[in-house]
Amino acid sequence: MGKLRTALIFGAIAILGAIALGVIALHQGESISAVWIVVAALCVYAIAYRFYARYLAGKVMGLNAKRPTPAVRHNDGLDYVPTPRNVLFGHHFAAIAGAGPLVGPVLAAQMGYLPGVLWILVGAVLAGAVQDMMVLFMSTRRDGRSLGDMVRTEMGPIPGIIAQVGVLMIMVIILAVLALVVVKALAESPWGTFTVAATIPIAIFMGLYTRYLRPGRVGEISLIGVVLLILAIIGGGHIAADPFWGPAFTLSGTTLAIAMMAYGFVASVIPVWLLLAPRDYLSTFLKIGAILGLAVGILIVRPHIQMPAVTPFIDGSGPVFSGALFPFLFITIACGAVSGFHALISSGTTPKLLENENQIPLIGYGAMLCESFVAIMALIAATVLDPAVYFAMNSPVAVIGDNAVSAAAAVAQWGFHITPAELEQLARDVGEHSILSRAGGAPTLAVGMAHILSGVIGGKAMMAFWYHFAILFEALFILTTVDAGTRVCRFMIQDLLGVAVPKMRETKSWTANVLATALTVGLWGYFLYTGVVDPLGGINSLWPLFGIANQMLAAVALILGTVVLFKMKRERFAWATAVPAVWLLICTLTAGFQKLLHPDVKIGFLAHARKYQEALAAGDLLAPAKTAGDMHRIIINDYVNSALTAGFLFVVLTMVVYGVRACLKARRINHPTVVEQPAAHELTLEDEAMDIARA
Amino acid sequence: MPRPSAPADNADLLCVCRDALVRWGKDARRTASLMVGQPDYEVYVAHAEATHPDQPPLDRTAFFRLHEARRFGAGGAFRCC
Repeated sequence: MGKLRTALIFGAIAILGAIALGVIALHQGESISAVWIVVAALCVYAIAYRFYARYLAGKVMGLNAKRPTPAVRHNDGLDYVPTPRNVLFGHHFAAIAGAGPLVGPVLAAQMGYLPGVLWILVGAVLAGAVQDMMVLFMSTRRDGRSLGDMVRTEMGPIPGIIAQVGVLMIMVIILAVLALVVVKALAESPWGTFTVAATIPIAIFMGLYTRYLRPGRVGEISLIGVVLLILAIIGGGHIAADPFWGPAFTLSGTTLAIAMMAYGFVASVIPVWLLLAPRDYLSTFLKIGAILGLAVGILIVRPHIQMPAVTPFIDGSGPVFSGALFPFLFITIACGAVSGFHALISSGTTPKLLENENQIPLIGYGAMLCESFVAIMALIAATVLDPAVYFAMNSPVAVIGDNAVSAAAAVAQWGFHITPAELEQLARDVGEHSILSRAGGAPTLAVGMAHILSGVIGGKAMMAFWYHFAILFEALFILTTVDAGTRVCRFMIQDLLGVAVPKMRETKSWTANVLATALTVGLWGYFLYTGVVDPLGGINSLWPLFGIANQMLAAVALILGTVVLFKMKRERFAWATAVPAVWLLICTLTAGFQKLLHPDVKIGFLAHARKYQEALAAGDLLAPAKTAGDMHRIIINDYVNSALTAGFLFVVLTMVVYGVRACLKARRINHPTVVEQPAAHELTLEDEAMDIARA
Repeated sequence: MPRPSAPADNADLLCVCRDALVRWGKDARRTASLMVGQPDYEVYVAHAEATHPDQPPLDRTAFFRLHEARRFGAGGAFRCC
């Protein structure tokens, strides 16, 4: 009876999903409702979760509900706490859902909605969710150990160190590119700058409140904080219109970049309760609220997709980022399809809170499907805009000029029509001077969200409010990530420097603290600054680097998963992690070599450096350089980016070599060789004594 | 078919609904606070009293500050891009 019911329900879901995908496939050239994409996505997720996640759990990993999890074995009420699965699901989802799934799909929309939708769905189901679930499984079987630790114990000390350095490089690039997204959103926007700046005093007030007035009352202070934020958004409109304060909050990209570095430094050095923790409450709750709001908005408004299914820019000539569909689509949309960063979270706090192994599919696989759905919604928000608006907003000044007339003329050449007056009217609708050349995803998403949310509440009159609400919500949680990430990087640097100078390891030492923080901020600040002054918008060179780094980390996690399956003597199921690992290797290696060696100066860093060197030798200056010194800096910057790309390639190639060697070695041995915590009935007396001592 | 005893059933239904709402509310609160790195204090106290009845458990404020410091301390606060 139960089987029949399952067959009927999932048969119906399969038919519905097939109809939705059919509508998407057959209506090329005419606009379709976004609801079809939502329905197709939900059906794909339901089927994948019911069948593939269950297959992974039962056959591939062999989850055992009787085997105690770290939370049960070491239950201390503090770090290791068995947590109800719904509660843990929310925690895990909030930790993995960041700005990535909101930005990547918006950038990838330049190729049309279809490639993005397909990669987000296929990638999440076969790669991203598999990676998250596999890492959670491995970490749960190893007392909640981190990814780096597991690479060391399962693959050896050298790959362990390489992975650790790789993670640090990725962190730096992530922080730089996220900061760049915020700078692009706030530059020349007094309203946005004011509201984001207002979060600092609001957070400090909240911090003092939770410290001295009513300690630990997170709920009530978060409510107060949200009300203050809404007042700040409303007040921002008046500030922007004010003849004195308006210009005072109108900052250039370079000023903002320097301000963000100074701010990031201060925020991660001062006590966390004062600024970082309270802003974390605001950003977390606002993020969840905004995601739910967007989902409800799409279902109520049921907007039509305006972007073509596929644009001519799949050939690599697009203005938003350069490079052909393969491999650049697959690294541009990282989070939402597959994100290596999740491997750090799935091997962080989540395994220490897991009640039972049989919840691994829900937490590991299910939460990633939700994040994938966030990416689908971001893609919808970007593609319901008029494509002419989308390209005017996302193309660099170097391509479309700096005014509405030149922008309208430029997008008309690509076949999208809009009048300069309409572009200016849209800017006025959202309360901005200009919406041109705001690559980086956030402003486009904000206009898309304003378009959808104003259809639910407030109509055109509220459009400016919703736009700045969306900008604030993105900027807020990006800044929280940047500050918290700066601290994480600082501890990693202290750890690495501690090898040479033991004094650097002391996390309480002010000298070590300030030195390591300054080094971290200097590293991401360098990439941020070069991104801000780049005439092609910065995102063009930094986002691919970020994508390569993130997908490379995913490949490392999947290689580790494959090694572990071989060592468990489950190699006949290892294709489940090996196939996505190989696909990611193909994408990252191709993209990496193209970024290094491609003859097109828009893609290849070395070709770009050569062009500037030749111009310099001939005594010419190329924009944006105004002096020979600028030219030198641009060339050095190209070499830094090349070195970083080469570093990523080195990391991933060595991991492949070590991974293959570990698999072959495990194949030759005819018994399992994994380094797992033994199942309960195999617990020795010593283990139990250890547990008691730990408790 | 015998007539169902309507009042009693309604009362049961109300109870079930109320219980479900209370449970959801509790779960939602727990989820929200775990999202910002604060586990459930009641669970901790129950655990501490069961395992170490001889030692007084941390008070609410100390428990809160401990987790606040851990979330942003060494090894903590990994968050996705």
